Amino acid sequence: MREQILAIIEKNSRIDLKELAVLLGVEELDIVNELAAMEAEGIICGYHTLIDWEKTSIDKVTALIEVRVTPQRGQGFDNIAERIYKYPEVTAVYLISGAYDLLVTLDGKNLRDISRFVSDKLSTMDYVLSTATHFILKKYKDHGTILTKKYEDTREKVSP
Amino acid sequence: MRNPLSERTVGLKPSGIRKFFDIVSEMDDAISLGVGEPDFDTPWHIRDEGIYSLEKGRTFYTSNAGLKELKEEIVRYLDRRFGIRYDAGQEVLVTVGGSEAIDIALRAMLNPGEEVLIPQPSYVSYEPCTILADGVPVIINLKAENEFRLTAAELREAITEKTKVLILPFPNNPTGAIMERKDLEAIAEVIREHDIFVISDEIYGELTYNGGHVSIVNIPGMQERTVLINGLSKSHAMTGWRLGYACGPAQIVAQMLKIHQYAIMCAPTTSQYAAVDALKNGDEDVSQMREAYNQRRRYLLHAFRQMGLECFEPYGAFYVFPSIQEFGMTSEAFAERFLAEEKVAVVPGTAFGESGEGFVRISYAYSLENLKLAIGKLEQFVEKLRRERRK
Repeated sequence: MREQILAIIEKNSRIDLKELAVLLGVEELDIVNELAAMEAEGIICGYHTLIDWEKTSIDKVTALIEVRVTPQRGQGFDNIAERIYKYPEVTAVYLISGAYDLLVTLDGKNLRDISRFVSDKLSTMDYVLSTATHFILKKYKDHGTILTKKYEDTREKVSP
Repeated sequence: MRNPLSERTVGLKPSGIRKFFDIVSEMDDAISLGVGEPDFDTPWHIRDEGIYSLEKGRTFYTSNAGLKELKEEIVRYLDRRFGIRYDAGQEVLVTVGGSEAIDIALRAMLNPGEEVLIPQPSYVSYEPCTILADGVPVIINLKAENEFRLTAAELREAITEKTKVLILPFPNNPTGAIMERKDLEAIAEVIREHDIFVISDEIYGELTYNGGHVSIVNIPGMQERTVLINGLSKSHAMTGWRLGYACGPAQIVAQMLKIHQYAIMCAPTTSQYAAVDALKNGDEDVSQMREAYNQRRRYLLHAFRQMGLECFEPYGAFYVFPSIQEFGMTSEAFAERFLAEEKVAVVPGTAFGESGEGFVRISYAYSLENLKLAIGKLEQFVEKLRRERRK
């Protein structure tokens, strides 16, 4: 049941629990219990909203920053990752296999915000060897949702 | 000038859905629950494979029976999913949708005057295809009290010495009924006893919701007298690709191939390449879509219970078939008023045979949001009819 609950709320965290119970053919109470358990276990980490900021009047720039670092003895990458993710403007930090080590995503009001963060804070950190910043120009799809096109039902309205 | 037309063709009844279709397509803002195909797009990896085949210039005929690679993939798929074994070389024919397979199976098997048993309510093409193949359709009216399954007694009663073929349309469009193993075993006994053949239309075979689908071919002694019809339209959301297949005894398939070769040549090449990928790499897509349908099915049944609308629990396809008998009107009148007053289209049960009277087909090949909207309107409408009845 967990897998099915997660599949549904990952797409729609606002779903009514009564309705969720109907869809899965179980009791509402079971859903409530499972959700509480998964929250306690840290499986469910939040119920966020997917926003297409482009369509608002709010200025927002998102950047992906590749960071190469020197891992520390006994700490690996964890320590440096923590120093980075503690900045509230950092929205995600991933340890990556391949040509660089950490992928940092960062939100700012404008390019200046981002470049200031990179030049003042990130690249001056101990153990950071280099950074490469990529600005996102357009989001086509985010969190499995296509942002640029709406679903259109093009089927014949009645068919046998 | 002489009459240019064939009397037999002119004599065919137009599809009961046609009239409805014409009304609905005039209404821009109608919500439809009348569609008989998946709402999902064909999974992208399958479409991509079709596009790739075009880029590679695979735009020629394939062999008449279909790509060897596809036939082998079909055989592997049927074994993997349903435990059914066929020989890809002799017993498999790739067709233009399940529809063509129905047509040519009947034409390959019937002599003039031989009878074909057609359980109804069921898909609209069995009866006309039988007539066009010189056969005589004999309708078996399935009953709501049996959850629209075919019983051994009903079958036995319909058999005469002219009976040649039984059409077995399960999981069923429009009722959503299925046949479980015990149901199949019961009719198989009658089939063997009277030495008749089966055309089993299992196009909805991937869409069952109470455990896996059982084919009549799974019943001992039935494979040698069955033409199994299936396709990718419903399972892989590929209706427009027109890709189906028939499997059966080599003797029958060889004759079907002859008709297919003269009338069709071969199934669309692009679709065949896409289908190879669908069968090889599509099991996960099928299971995701099945889960989505199942959730909607539960939602609808729950909603019917809430509004007190009588409906047996269907375990197959993507249709529910609620009874509207409490309103004292025909299915057609109900559907017409529902459309006129609430702008929601459902299909009258009678479009699928007389025994569909008193029922309407509601398709759940729609997003939940769409279903909710429509169910809200159904509730309003049902309340209105009940108020009228009380007066």
